[in-house]
Amino acid sequence: MIAILIRRIISLIVTLIVVSLLIFTVMDLLPGDPASIMLGTSASPDTLAALRTQLGLDQPLPLRYLGWLSGVFQGDLGQSYTYGVPVAGLIAERLAVTIPLALMAVLLSILIAIPLGVQAARRHNGLFDYAVGLLSYVSIAVPAFWVGLLLIILFSSMLGWMPAGGFPGWDAGLLAGLQALLLPAIALALPQAGVLTRVARAAVLEVMNEDYVRTALAKGVSERTAIWRHAVPNAAIPVVTMLGLQFTFLIAGAVLVENVFNLPGLGRLAYQALSQRDIIVMQDVVLFFSALVILMNFLVDLVYLVIDPRLRADAQ
Amino acid sequence: MIRALHRPVLIIGFVITVALFAVALLSLVWTPLPPAKMNIVHKLNAPLEFGLLGTDQFGRDVASMLMVGAWNSLSTSLLAVALGACVGTAIGVIVAMRRGWLEVFVMRGCDIIFAVPPILSAMMLGAFIGSGRFTAIVAIGTFMVPVFARLTLGAALQIWTRDYVAAAVGMGRSKSRITLVHILPNISNQIIVQVTVQLGLAILTEAGLSFLGLGMPPPNPTWGRMLADAQTYLGQAPWLALMPGLAIAFAVLGLNMLGDGLRDLLDPRNDG
Repeated sequence: MIAILIRRIISLIVTLIVVSLLIFTVMDLLPGDPASIMLGTSASPDTLAALRTQLGLDQPLPLRYLGWLSGVFQGDLGQSYTYGVPVAGLIAERLAVTIPLALMAVLLSILIAIPLGVQAARRHNGLFDYAVGLLSYVSIAVPAFWVGLLLIILFSSMLGWMPAGGFPGWDAGLLAGLQALLLPAIALALPQAGVLTRVARAAVLEVMNEDYVRTALAKGVSERTAIWRHAVPNAAIPVVTMLGLQFTFLIAGAVLVENVFNLPGLGRLAYQALSQRDIIVMQDVVLFFSALVILMNFLVDLVYLVIDPRLRADAQ
Repeated sequence: MIRALHRPVLIIGFVITVALFAVALLSLVWTPLPPAKMNIVHKLNAPLEFGLLGTDQFGRDVASMLMVGAWNSLSTSLLAVALGACVGTAIGVIVAMRRGWLEVFVMRGCDIIFAVPPILSAMMLGAFIGSGRFTAIVAIGTFMVPVFARLTLGAALQIWTRDYVAAAVGMGRSKSRITLVHILPNISNQIIVQVTVQLGLAILTEAGLSFLGLGMPPPNPTWGRMLADAQTYLGQAPWLALMPGLAIAFAVLGLNMLGDGLRDLLDPRNDG
């Protein structure tokens, strides 16, 4: 178990380093000089040269990369050009919005998907099953940011129950913060829930046909007990896998949804950095998101090992 | 063909997809009104008040913009998927042929590319080479390369274990010839299904990109930018936010259903 863990961690670190190197190189190979992109075409040569020195652009790529990497280990991601503050602080500040938002969305999607999937599997090929199937088809097809717009129209413009966007900050109280994140989280959760419902349904159906479940049912265990004791825990594995695979799309959705609801999260930061041409912030945010995706896949692998004893045996 | 008629998912998917392509192609030769024509007198008119689906803040006809948007979205997505499918499939079959360290290397590479969401790579590209259709195609297409590489590698490796391939190897056929004659034709079904599904995903991503202003520049109407513009008028003209979203959802729904239906139809295990 320990040996597997160590191997996985080494592979994780290698992947992270390669990704950072790749993004660094791609950014370097792309046409366009970051200094003139950031300052615009009207900047004087002196200012450009000064910024280049400040950004370290006068140094060769390997040196710059190593400098950046050693900075990362010390928690220093560089200085944002437009905000004039350290990028690390900027990202940390924005994470206080993005992480709760993502967690709420994941939680909501599981709360929707598992019961729907289980019920659909129980009434396999019945009317309820077809209805759930259709709903999941539709929810996978709708863009999360459009769901966000619809929610604003319904709950904000028409009913006036919720603000149309913005974030009061956690200082305004936990409830106010969560309320501001509720509609965005629903918008993010719906497409995810569609995917997860399908996975949960298929997994429960498969388990219900296993011999040990049939034995349990034959012994007189109620269907309800069989489902919650056997089917749901086993359905958890594919659901967790799917959550991990969907994480990239969750992040992409968050970038869009944060912009719809005007939430000061990491996705909004990336967008603002783009429009303000703050290359350093862009680079760091892209790297951060990519690292998050890789870390998530790593965690899914670990969860696998914990919840599925067969994999532990295989890996040894 | 008879079997196809018993599959509602396939039929619905097929009908929606054909309708989508038809509307997109029709927009090249005819739209109710010129999509870029402004008509301030009739700005923000409700559906049927002026034009079939109303007008936007400049009095442009929403129905016409949606039609041209279908073409813009579909053509961008098709090119992106074509890019991803061609490069990814080529990588997949070559790796299946060579295996060894190349397989490890390429698969790790796929993991890495897959870790950067296309919206972020489009932002990165956009910052340097400017946003537009090219940026969108490259960003979406790059993200699809690992999808197709993984799929074709897995499928091709299976075919390589078949007896008739072993026979061809025994007859002294070269590996690249076997790939062309035996491997590719036998995995083409799976590639076709994946192209359909990825096309839906590409449309969703393209909509997201143009929503952020990273798609085709104005005055080309795109579904994503129509939604972005509609955001200002959510209270006043909610239909502006309704129609483009419905168009996206229908297009993606149709392609997903078509893909699922094709998968069932082409899967030999479903015979009988």
